[in-house]
Amino acid sequence: MLTVDVALARPGFALRVAQEFAPDGVTAIFGASGAGKSTLLRVIAGLERAATGSVRFGGEVWQAPGLWLPPEARGIAYVFQDARLFAHLSVAGNLRYADRRARGLPGPGWGEVVQMLDLGPLLGRRVAGLSGGERQRVAIGRALLTRPCLMLLDEPLAALDAVRKAEILPYLERLCGLHGLPILYVSHDIAELARLAENVVVLAAGGVAAAGPLAEVLADPALAGALGPRGAGAVLAATVAAHHVDDGLSELAHPAGRLFVPLIVAAVGSPVRLRIAADDVMLARARPEAISALNILPAEVTALAGGPGGVAVGLRIGPDAALARITDRSARVLALEPGAQVFAILKTVAIARDDLAAALRLDRHPAP
Amino acid sequence: MTLPDLGPLWLTLRLGAVVTLALLLLALPLAWWLAHTRTRAKPLVEAITALPLVLPPTVLGFYLLITFSPRAPLGGAFLTLTGETLTFSFTGLVLASMIYSLPFAVQPLQAAFEALGRAPMEAAASLRAGPLDRFCTVALPLSARGVMTAMVLTFAHTLGEFGVVLMVGGNIPGRTKVISIAIYEHVETIRLAEAHALSALMLVGSFAMLLAVYSLNRRFPQGWGA
Repeated sequence: MLTVDVALARPGFALRVAQEFAPDGVTAIFGASGAGKSTLLRVIAGLERAATGSVRFGGEVWQAPGLWLPPEARGIAYVFQDARLFAHLSVAGNLRYADRRARGLPGPGWGEVVQMLDLGPLLGRRVAGLSGGERQRVAIGRALLTRPCLMLLDEPLAALDAVRKAEILPYLERLCGLHGLPILYVSHDIAELARLAENVVVLAAGGVAAAGPLAEVLADPALAGALGPRGAGAVLAATVAAHHVDDGLSELAHPAGRLFVPLIVAAVGSPVRLRIAADDVMLARARPEAISALNILPAEVTALAGGPGGVAVGLRIGPDAALARITDRSARVLALEPGAQVFAILKTVAIARDDLAAALRLDRHPAP
Repeated sequence: MTLPDLGPLWLTLRLGAVVTLALLLLALPLAWWLAHTRTRAKPLVEAITALPLVLPPTVLGFYLLITFSPRAPLGGAFLTLTGETLTFSFTGLVLASMIYSLPFAVQPLQAAFEALGRAPMEAAASLRAGPLDRFCTVALPLSARGVMTAMVLTFAHTLGEFGVVLMVGGNIPGRTKVISIAIYEHVETIRLAEAHALSALMLVGSFAMLLAVYSLNRRFPQGWGA
């Protein structure tokens, strides 16, 4: 359990965060640029000497009034946005730098890390010749080899283009699937977080705007403004029910009904996470007939929040929370109020995470 | 042709080596501090460090002569401790040369440390490396070019000094008679063959040394972030 109660003032910016973080799994720190995400991570790591307050992890006190542990004594690992590999060492040298200083500590071994991140072919390379994605993979491996008790990732994908991102995301999923290693993951990309994180802390203007399980926070109508037009939305948990190869569709089972998505690579029965942005949800009072949309699920209105971009409508679809953003006029016409029964028409359904497939890749394809 | 006495050459090389190593030990922490401090005293310290660049060697030598004199606190303390005077001794020459060459050691190191920035040191700290550990294993190797430049400039500058040595050390064979003094003496006494030989030795030796360093320099990483 990480407990943080810190303040840091800079010209034109003040961070003030009092928050408990989940003891296990991936907690996303989400917010717009300048919200204080990276600064919070640096304070937790001990890289901001000017921060005041307290930071506690498990039974240890990392910072308290009159006490301050340096980063090297906190047992954290930090993956920087710009990787920060040591240019005077080879890839193996960079990994060894961490490994040598963490001898005898519990955690993943050299072989395990090299295999998990497919670092074998890179070991003899010079750092200068690596691509952006390879660089981040080495940085993640190096961080793991410090055998940390808490892993901090500061927008590790931000400096990469879409192709490189897609290349490294599976490795991040492997990392996030490690048991017993809590991870704080800073990002301003909701799609990335929906794929990786279970919990989220939303920062705005240096303070905590919301915190909790990712699916609930993303679907909270009161937070739609803070999360931005593409940020707010739902994460639904479903399982693969069937593949319709002729139609190029996979059928997914959700407690509220069936959903169809473009064919995915996952065995029948595998769990998948679906991400549905608030802007991609239409509402109807009666089940629409003769409509091109494939995915229509019954829902119940739980809350309404007005804002500059229209009305954010909180929904419950089966066991999951979801969010729709509609115009003020539509809200009036539909006479929406908490408890109202509606049908949610999902224009776009994106696969957020394919847990089982990620696990299979990890087990079945060890590095050469 | 008469072979010149090579004693002053060995003395000069020994002085250069001792001064380079001693000054490196002094300049590394000083340059690191200057590169990272936020104190308002920084310009003051920088100005003092740079003084030997602009002062005529005779002025520096004059003040050092006064400080080293057995009647002054430093010179007196040295005499009591060792039974020797600081003036006209090898130790005095080393101290004077260290002060005279200080900016040549500090400035390249400070520039290298400033170019390094905090990023690699933060990365090392996050990998469980303590301050001294990360200074030796990250800051120094990544600043190899600056360290090399500082050492060569210090060594070369010490070989070439004349005014300060003449003021503080005088001209005692085997103790303070360095090569520049020896050449001056040969010219004064119109023994031009010896002056020629020693001068040519200095010229060729210095050139070879600089050439070797500039060639080697290309193989060092050029700062951070390759």
